Parts: sequence; structure tokens; C-alpha cells
Amino acid sequence: MNSWKADEALYARHWKGRERHYDIVKEASIAFLVVLLLSVGLAFLFSSPDTPSVTIQAWSKAQPAGFVDVALSELNDTSQSATYGQPYNTGSGSVQFLGSISIQRALGVRYPLNTAQDFVLNPLQTLPSEPQLASALRTYQQATVRQQDRWVNTYSKTVSKEKLSSSFVPRFVQGSGPVGELMTGLLAMAQSGALDAQLVSHSTFYTTDYTKPILFIGDSFAAQGNASYWGKIVASEHLTGSQWGVMNETGSWPGQPWLWLYTMWYQISPMSTSGNADILVISIMTVLTVALLLVPVIPGLRRIPERVPVYRLIWRNYYRQNQE
Amino acid sequence: MSFEVQGSLFAAIVNLNHPDYYVHWGFILISLANLIVIIVLVALFVLAIGLPFLNVKLLPKRQARTVTVAPSTTGADDEEPVGGWTTKTRQLGLKYLPPDKLLPDGQPAYVASWVYVFGVLTIGALAVAILSGLILAIEGPSWWHLSSLGHFVNSMHLWSVECFMGFMTVHLWAKFWMAAWRGKRWLTWMTGVVAFMVSIFEAFTGYLSQTNFDSQWIAFQAKDALNSAGIGSIINPLNFGQALMLHIALVPIILVVIVGVHVMFVRVRGVVPPLDVRPVDLEDASVSAGLVVQVPASKVAQAEEVAR
Repeated sequence: MNSWKADEALYARHWKGRERHYDIVKEASIAFLVVLLLSVGLAFLFSSPDTPSVTIQAWSKAQPAGFVDVALSELNDTSQSATYGQPYNTGSGSVQFLGSISIQRALGVRYPLNTAQDFVLNPLQTLPSEPQLASALRTYQQATVRQQDRWVNTYSKTVSKEKLSSSFVPRFVQGSGPVGELMTGLLAMAQSGALDAQLVSHSTFYTTDYTKPILFIGDSFAAQGNASYWGKIVASEHLTGSQWGVMNETGSWPGQPWLWLYTMWYQISPMSTSGNADILVISIMTVLTVALLLVPVIPGLRRIPERVPVYRLIWRNYYRQNQE
Repeated sequence: MSFEVQGSLFAAIVNLNHPDYYVHWGFILISLANLIVIIVLVALFVLAIGLPFLNVKLLPKRQARTVTVAPSTTGADDEEPVGGWTTKTRQLGLKYLPPDKLLPDGQPAYVASWVYVFGVLTIGALAVAILSGLILAIEGPSWWHLSSLGHFVNSMHLWSVECFMGFMTVHLWAKFWMAAWRGKRWLTWMTGVVAFMVSIFEAFTGYLSQTNFDSQWIAFQAKDALNSAGIGSIINPLNFGQALMLHIALVPIILVVIVGVHVMFVRVRGVVPPLDVRPVDLEDASVSAGLVVQVPASKVAQAEEVAR
């Protein structure tokens, strides 16, 4: 094996041997037609998946108690979104560190989120004036934070005894102040579909940002796991992280098999149990991607193909002709 | 055409709308559909290497007369150059990418394997993905949920993307085992790897733009990874509008430019010679460096005729 430098000089020289006829325009046209026919054929054969979106309306109808349970955690700021941290708020529940460094924290709050206001109180204030609800809202907002927490916790204890699919939502629980009234109003709003619209539209007519409703629905998965309305669907479709879900697709269609390596790291310790799994996996994939990018300049790595005779098969005609 | 007729015309022949089978082996869990895709790609790679190539028509050996020219004058400008950026750009173009290099009608005889077709198949798949994506873009992001024709175009878009990623993967494997970065072709390799990474991001934004269950769930799952690296402060996967704009405007432009640069590098540097190539099959270093250029005898005779 020559030195790399000598080989580089050799391989940079132009070919002066025999040439074969090559029609680049014809080749490109045929390739386009082949893929076009292939795509049309596969589309006719297999179509494509289109599972409808999950709505807060469908969730709150299927699991009224489950919905109220999550709404309560939004109200007393204990849900995953409420405690997430940057870029939504200043919590620390989902802030990840690489060693002692957190890029996530350093970049600050970008999309401010106050779950009590954004998910519960503001939507309730948009409802047509009902004396009982308006009074409950006023009472709740005028109370101290400590009092609010006490009310919500008391109400939560009653709701948490119910099955997620239970439709039992008490209007009043001793020691929970106006929370029962608020939850009754919010559940009715959710089941009518008004909460879906409210969370996306907020104060503007046009909207394309679904950050709030997805985070709200997602909090049910974070709190109730595969028993939640969303969790049941994603687990049955093998879409959760522990099921290599990043690669998978709904139904029996192929998904993104090119993400196999990225997904694989999540299944391996320490990533499988770490609270910093995402940043660890991204760091590993960044190093591997840079290595792939720099293969031509990494000694050892760049010469691997010379040691594995796959190339002898690819250029077998050339080597055979030389022997002859 | 009524909606019902369209529906029956574009309905899938094979129904995949049911839970998939999963292969569980140790910690590995993979859907049958994904496994089939991977097996097909490996099979394509093996077949491309193993199957005999077409009977190629060898060109008559080109007779060349070696003439020495200054590297800065390619002979392309017959008249005295006027100067300026335009002239210099043209001169550079003609020096590094003359018409017969840009649109060659011959390749070295060793370029005779099915494995070479995966690069152009990747570009073909990109073209089909762009065309089907353009139709979806014209009709708007909700069209394909409501129209069976729209669903069919979406299916074409999906399968052209699967083909695109698949062909690109086989192309990448082939180029790795050919050590195609040799001979100062490292930029060709690197632009190819960047194109692969940008394609993964483009596919990701596509999934976010579907406005269905997939989009919701993928956005919810992806946010944690993006947020952890600080990327979430710039790209919010829960913001459908941003994902759609990235998918149909910014990222495709970047991808097409990178693929274009990649192809240009291939044309400028030429296809990498075989490992252990005989030095006698290659030009002298001075010719390859452009200090001496070889001009086909026919062209020299033609130039002499014009001069007379």
C-alpha cells in the first residue's frame, strides 16, 4: 500500500484508457421515467397512511376523568408542560444537560407558556357569561396561590379515584372551592370542540401554530402513559420511544427506516434510562455524522474500503481485462 | 368524474391500513414494512454489484495531440477577453466544466456496473418528489385529506421519497466501498453526505406538514430532542406553519443547490478510478493538473482550418 499522499496524486490523474459510450441525457430521462412509474405503481398498490388528528374533543369525550385530571395539573402548574423549562417557561422538569452545560436553558424562554392561564382560565373566560362560572372564575383568581393549590389538590384526590374513562365529574367537592365549577365548564367546552378552536385561534383569525393544543394533549401521555387516550393509540401503533417509534408509521406502511441508528441509541443504557437521553443521542449522532462527513480525511477510516474487496467485484471487468 | 369513481380508481390494491407485524429480536424491534425496505435495499446493492452490466459499446480510442497552453487561457475565448466578473466566470466555467465534461458522451470503460445508476436514480426520485410536491402545494395542505386524487398524489409523493432515500442510501454504500473520495474528490463525498442529512431534515418537515395524527405525534416527540439541543428555540416542530414553509420553500432550495454542487463536483473531477488502477491507464500528472491539455486531433485540425 502506497502512502496516502502518493495515492492521492495517482488517483487525481485523468483517465486516458478506453472510453465507453455514455448518454447522460438519456440516462437521466430513463431514471426519471423509471422512478415516476415506480411511484405511480406503488401509489396504486399501497396508497399512503392518513390517520386523522387527535382532538381535545375526542379525548375529553373518551376519557372525561382523564381529561379533568390533566386539566387540574395544568391549573396548579404540575403538568409536564407547566414544569418543562425552556423554551416554554423557567421550569426545570425537562431541561437537559450535557455534563454541566445546558444549551436549552441558555437560549431562554422563546414561546412563553402559562398552562393555568393558557389552557384553563383564558379559554373559560371566552365562554358566554354564566353567572356561576363567572363567579367561580372570580373567586379562583382572587384567591392566594396557596389557597388555589389547596383547592386543586383536594379536587384532584376525588378525580384520581375515578377511571380515566369515567364520566363522573363532580360539580362540587368539599374543600375544593370553585374548582369543580371550573372543571365542569372546561369539560363541557372541550367536549363541544370549542377548546380545540380556542387553543389554536387565541386572539387572531388566521393561525398555523398548534403548540398549545399539542402540548395539552401531550401532557395526558406524559402523566397517564399508555393508559391515556393518546397513549393507547400510539402504543398500539408502536410509535412510542421505547418501541423504536421514530422509525415507525401508522398501519403497515414503512416509516423512516433511515432513522434506525438515531432510534437505536434510545434503547441502549444509559440513554434508555437517562433524563438527558435526547441531548446524549444528539451528541452521539453529531459526532458520527461529522465522522461520516470527514471520512476522506480521517486516517484509517478512509482506507477501510481498500481492505474489504467489495471494490474487486464492482470493477471486476477492469481487473480481468488487465490480467488478460 | 364523481368523487365515488375517483375513490374506486385511486383506492389501494393492497390494504396496509391495519396494525403491522413486528420483529422482536433482543432489544431490536422493527416493523415488517421497515424490515422489507431494508432487505430490498440490501438486495438491490448486492444485485447491482453482482449482476453483469450491459454490453457496453467502447468508443474508438481518441487520438490526441498534446499541446501546451497557459492555464489561464483555455482557448475558449477566441476574441480578446473584455475582462470583468462575467468574463472571468465564463473562463472559469470553461476551464473546469467545458461542455463535453458537463454533458459527456463517453465515460471511462471501468464505469460499467449497475451500482453506478443509483446516483441518477436518486436525482430522478428527487424530481418526482418535487413534481408531486408541487401539485400538493398548488392545492394546499388539506386537499389530500378530502380528495381521492389528492390522496393519490400524496401517495406518489410518499413513495417517491421512499425511493429517493432508498436509492441515495445504496448510492452512499456504493461510494463508500469504492472509496470514491480518492484523488481530491473529498468535496464530492462531503456534499453527498450533507445532501443526505438535509434530505433527512426535509423528510422530517414533510411528516410535520401532513396535518394528521402523524404530524401531531412526531411533532410532540421531536420537540424534546430539538429543545434539548437548543434547536427548538429556532425551529418549533409544533408550529405547523413554520414546518410547512421549511418543507416547501427553504429546505428544498438548499437541497437542490447542494445536489447541484455535488453533481458539478462529479463532473469536474470525473468518476474515481478503480483502486489499484494501473498508472499507465492515467494521464501524466502535468496533463491532469491542466498545465498541458490534450486536444483531440480532429479539433486541432478544425482549428487549423479555421485559422487558414
